[in-house]
Amino acid sequence: MTTLNSKIPKGPIKDKWTTYKDKIDLVNPANKRNIDVIVVGTGLAGGSAAASLAELGYNVKAFAYQDSPRRAHSIAAQGGINAAKNYQGDGDSTYRLFYDTVKGGDYRSREANVHRLAEVSGNIIDQCVAQGVPFARDYGGLLDNRSFGGVLVSRTFYAKGQTGQQLLLGAYSAMNRQIARGKIEMHNRHEMLDVVLVDGKARGIIARNMITGEIQRHSAHAVVIASGGYGNVYFLSTNAMGSNVTAGWKIHKKGAFFANPCYTQIHPTCIPRSGDYQSKLTLMSESLRNDGRIWVPAKLEDAKAIQEGKLKATEIAEEDRDYYLERRYPAFGNLVPRDVASRAAKERCDAGYGVNATGEAVYLDFAAAIERYGKEQAKIKGIDNASASEIYDLGQAVVEAKYGNLFQMYEKIVDENPYKTPMMIYPATHYTMGGVWVDYNLMTTIPGCYCIGEANFSDHGANRLGASALMQGLADGYFVLPYTIGDYLSDDIRTGKIPTDSPEFDEAEKSVKELINFFVTNKGKHSVDYYHKKLGKIMWDKVGMSRNEKGLKEAMAEIKALREDFWKNVTVPGNSNEMNPELEKATRVADFLELGELFAKDALNRNESCGGHFREESVELDGEQEGEAKRNDKDFAYVSAWEYKGEPGDAVLHKEELEFNDIELKQRSYK
Amino acid sequence: MSGFLSSSIARKVAMALSALFLIFFLIMHLSVNLTSLFSETLFNHLSHFMGTNPMVQFVLQPILIFGVVFHFVMGFVLELKNKKATAVKYAKDNGAANSTWSSRNMVYSGLVILAFIVLHFIDFWIPELNTKYIHGDMSGLLEGTQDFRYFEELQHKFVNPLRVLAYVVSFVLLGLHLSHGFQSAFQSMGFNNKYTKTVKAAGKLYSIIIPAGFVLVAVFHFLNH
Amino acid sequence: MNLTLKIWRQKNADDKGQLVDYKVTDISEHMSFLEMMDVLNEQLINKGEEPVAFDHDCREGICGMCSMYINGEAHGPDRGITTCQLHMRSFKDGDTIHIEPFRATAFPVIKDLVVDRTAFDRIQQSGGYISVNTSGNTQDANATPISKIDADKAMDAATCIGCGACVATCKNSSAMLFVGAKVSQYALLPQGQVEATERVLNMVQQMDDEGFGNCTNTGACEVECPKGISLENIARMNREFLKASL
Repeated sequence: MTTLNSKIPKGPIKDKWTTYKDKIDLVNPANKRNIDVIVVGTGLAGGSAAASLAELGYNVKAFAYQDSPRRAHSIAAQGGINAAKNYQGDGDSTYRLFYDTVKGGDYRSREANVHRLAEVSGNIIDQCVAQGVPFARDYGGLLDNRSFGGVLVSRTFYAKGQTGQQLLLGAYSAMNRQIARGKIEMHNRHEMLDVVLVDGKARGIIARNMITGEIQRHSAHAVVIASGGYGNVYFLSTNAMGSNVTAGWKIHKKGAFFANPCYTQIHPTCIPRSGDYQSKLTLMSESLRNDGRIWVPAKLEDAKAIQEGKLKATEIAEEDRDYYLERRYPAFGNLVPRDVASRAAKERCDAGYGVNATGEAVYLDFAAAIERYGKEQAKIKGIDNASASEIYDLGQAVVEAKYGNLFQMYEKIVDENPYKTPMMIYPATHYTMGGVWVDYNLMTTIPGCYCIGEANFSDHGANRLGASALMQGLADGYFVLPYTIGDYLSDDIRTGKIPTDSPEFDEAEKSVKELINFFVTNKGKHSVDYYHKKLGKIMWDKVGMSRNEKGLKEAMAEIKALREDFWKNVTVPGNSNEMNPELEKATRVADFLELGELFAKDALNRNESCGGHFREESVELDGEQEGEAKRNDKDFAYVSAWEYKGEPGDAVLHKEELEFNDIELKQRSYK
Repeated sequence: MSGFLSSSIARKVAMALSALFLIFFLIMHLSVNLTSLFSETLFNHLSHFMGTNPMVQFVLQPILIFGVVFHFVMGFVLELKNKKATAVKYAKDNGAANSTWSSRNMVYSGLVILAFIVLHFIDFWIPELNTKYIHGDMSGLLEGTQDFRYFEELQHKFVNPLRVLAYVVSFVLLGLHLSHGFQSAFQSMGFNNKYTKTVKAAGKLYSIIIPAGFVLVAVFHFLNH
Repeated sequence: MNLTLKIWRQKNADDKGQLVDYKVTDISEHMSFLEMMDVLNEQLINKGEEPVAFDHDCREGICGMCSMYINGEAHGPDRGITTCQLHMRSFKDGDTIHIEPFRATAFPVIKDLVVDRTAFDRIQQSGGYISVNTSGNTQDANATPISKIDADKAMDAATCIGCGACVATCKNSSAMLFVGAKVSQYALLPQGQVEATERVLNMVQQMDDEGFGNCTNTGACEVECPKGISLENIARMNREFLKASL
């Protein structure tokens, strides 16, 4: 078994990045003009990387499947972005952000990368403000912060509930400046369908123009993949409909190792599924848990009556309610981390206590908060003997001021007034911590092929903290990759333009054309969605929030069988030489059908519970933590990096051992 | 059109400026007309002043004509441009859901006003020019008398009920044109702030009072000739 | 519920296109409008017909990709939402629903309900940015305080999702609400002042060159905008333009 070289610089952790940057090879400005870089994906990571590389002088070709870079799914992030600025003077520091991120990731991330992330976090805020990102400010005109995800300091910067949107528009504006200068050649509505390797190095891609269907060859000296996460392997997730793993999977098949695919974040506060036609799930900000109390009926017969529509939430007496998070985790209560809250909801619903027609929902109740705030306001306003309805009105005003837009969103989707009746929530796949394996330079195991943002695996370990995804995407794109890529490209200053008429390009283009031709000519009997939904169900049921050996083995076999059926019986209407959304879906689902199996295989291999990955075989057997997740640092403190060997089930495991020199490993406890 | 006026926003500002000028002119015009309701003498004196004062005749009148012509020409130029920008129409378009009829049909109310102005010129302005500058009669007197002719002429025009009807219809359309145009002019000039509510209310009031005043004059003289 | 759909079908940019009638049955009122379209498409695929192409992505009202003109209104009859946030409970059993693409000369149809909105990107490229390089050494984020009122107003303008409903709705296909929002965001922030003159002139020039119509202040855009971008932003752009021109 080969050992992976993560290329972590030597020296004390706080000096690693600075020292490394000082010694790295650079490309001089005149030579950068002769070097082309392809960036696939234009969300926070890809957009910021494309803009920064173009500013440095490289010729960038950027690709997005959407009609504009501004539509990438980074736009949907609501909460905020962390940065160790310590503007609130509450004791925050680079070390503390580093520590929180490693701990939050359940000690499965690479220390050196995380420290670097914390180091550059402050630069991100400076950069974004300079770009005109309208972060929230206080009355003194300075930047406001909030606390997020149960950490001890307020370090989250935000722009209303649309932080991701504003940061993406910042990166998009930086890109626009470079597009106008001719330094970025933007290819909207183009999808990368393969990477081209020449002499073992990534030298280009094959892309499909999604309007004309033209298959194109694009060459470059390096290829950067920034195509986001693969949560849509579950079919239903909070990801955009088009979010896919194709770019990451294609490079995996050409030699890039895929790391920790089983680390998935299931977010606890999503709007529940209402029926089989459901196409996606909508997230509501985690901040709701600061004031909402989560419960299900304590009696099974009440739950049944609710599911049948015979009983309403408000008709259940206080003593017949089970506030299960407060019951199980008295110290953290409703504020336990995402993975814990999600699993607890699933546990109650699996036991039959779910509260909507599908039986997959729990209540998030603001009645207590409304009353508490109401009384507080009555006191502040000096109203003695306030009536219950006065108190309610005062309290509702406070809740509305804090969460008005979320309540409104909920009401639009569910058509119920959440001030009057408790909200219903259920966990949904939200983020994937796993991804393409990269070294300290963010380079994959294919020389010249880089992977950044959610598409790589590096910074969040087994569980991502709230408000850290935006931070990582921008850190990679603005402040890490533009430096580290120079180290590789400095060898390419004399290479000259990479020709696209080589046998390697011929071969790659041929295989893409064959794939597309197969889909449009195969007259099968099932639509692409039919397979995607089936895959999603297997993943959710057997590789979801709680996993066991038996289920995982079944999942692997079922996914394999489903994949075989897909290649026989899928049908794709329309032609290849036109806009064809079904064809786009088919190429993406084909890759999900392979990834899903590797995902299950990785989950099967990792016989421990850590972060978003919960193995039923690995729980505490006694003591205060009985039944809770049990991490196994002795056997599993490593990154699983999988090498493709023809079939996902045959993938070969490579281990990158994780060393923790600066942080002591501890079991998480929220009791 | 080149230079400054080649830009969409500049054109819009130019439309607004000419509109504001015309809005001011309408107040003047109505003020004079209203005097005819209660004082024949005052109306005659004011009319004579307006008709013979060189400042009014040779400076303000050309400016007014330019303003009117500019407002119409620019209005039609913009309409044609906008037609080009919306080459394909919707099979079903529910404009009433998001905007007022008057705001969507400024060109039609404008066309009616244009037709009215032609009629109005034939009725009053051309005879005036004929009397004053072709025949050289600057006296303003009714032929063979020592009385001013203006009031007499005014009354005479509103004998025909069809003309009165044409005037009334035109004024209703003018009201609709103004009900959008007044506040729109302010918005185009970049005026949108805490006073906008007041501007909108003033616009509504203006767009009712001014046309109603003109209608009153026409109907009054129809009934009292 | 059962519905009749009149959907614009157009094979490609060169095709003439026409409205085609479809029937869908057993539609749940809890479905989103796009899920109803999914049901229709699944039905068409199973019959061996080509599904209706339409733009969509995040399905939570923020990416700005979805773009249908439903029963004569951009994003349908409800207010403050995109097409993907419209639910079938806004319709009645037996309804006939017209579904057309966003129309404007500057937004040519690509296929069926999919239109090309890259004109918006080109407007942004002409000046919708602040020229600052990625250095990590720009001045500290708190070095220049910004009044909360201005910051909030800039944020309100910046919430534009670039969906193009304003253009689709406007009887003149004017893009002034979109451009006004971007110009306003930067005009309200000190960082945007340095390039303010060139920005507004260039963006307005590009907007005109793209073939968008002229604003006649009907206010329809403000009503149909899923993010409630205010007409104030157009007025501010007009001021900025005058300031830059005079």
